[in-house]
Amino acid sequence: MRFEYKIEGGDFTNAGLASSQIKKIMKQVGIEPQIIKRTVIALYEAEVNIVAHADKGSIKIDLEPDFIHMILEDEGPGIADIDLAMQKGYSTASPMVRQMGFGAGMGLPNIKDNTDELNVTSEVNKGTRVEMKVFLNK
Amino acid sequence: MKISEVVKQLSLDVLSGSENIGAEVTGGYTSDLLSDVMGNIKDGQIWITMQTHKNVLAVAMLREASAVIIVNGNKPDADMLEKAIKEGFPVLATNERAFEISGKLYAIIQ
Repeated sequence: MRFEYKIEGGDFTNAGLASSQIKKIMKQVGIEPQIIKRTVIALYEAEVNIVAHADKGSIKIDLEPDFIHMILEDEGPGIADIDLAMQKGYSTASPMVRQMGFGAGMGLPNIKDNTDELNVTSEVNKGTRVEMKVFLNK
Repeated sequence: MKISEVVKQLSLDVLSGSENIGAEVTGGYTSDLLSDVMGNIKDGQIWITMQTHKNVLAVAMLREASAVIIVNGNKPDADMLEKAIKEGFPVLATNERAFEISGKLYAIIQ
């Protein structure tokens, strides 16, 4: 099953829409709650990253029998130093975003902790691509 | 302990989801950082926060918190409350601070 979503940068009112729909679908097909939880944490953080940092982006999700594969691509400022961005507590979020309780520098670490495969590539002033995989039978 | 019992003992206002306050509370988690809650709250816990925007609801529902308590006399934003009512999710409110209400919740559910 394939699912696609569009995300607008700065649109916090709809942040989490893809995550909640995917959660519903994974529940319907009877995937283990612990796996759904990991997927939802990673996907929500990746969604919020686009809303908080990018101009716009897209999500492509393939739900296969053995794994869920998620690709989030955005157009935006990109990440200059991905290793630094992966560190807990490091954030480039705006004061407005921080005031909402985002931008604590926990998004990418949460994604890393909750995915089985993670690949982040980025080009400054162009955009970022986050590819994540969670196995369904662990 | 059920949410309804927590509401009674802590004198909380029920702003939404009164139809679902029969659910069990497994504990509490106090934080204003959404990613912290996303990563660390456990199913059925009550989330105590001073944040009042719609994303609080998204995180609470994605992570299956049993309810949210908004502290310091803060009120949820209109779009947060509207969605909470629509989804039947319990949003509770108190004039007390996060420290006091967390302490009281801890004392009654341990």
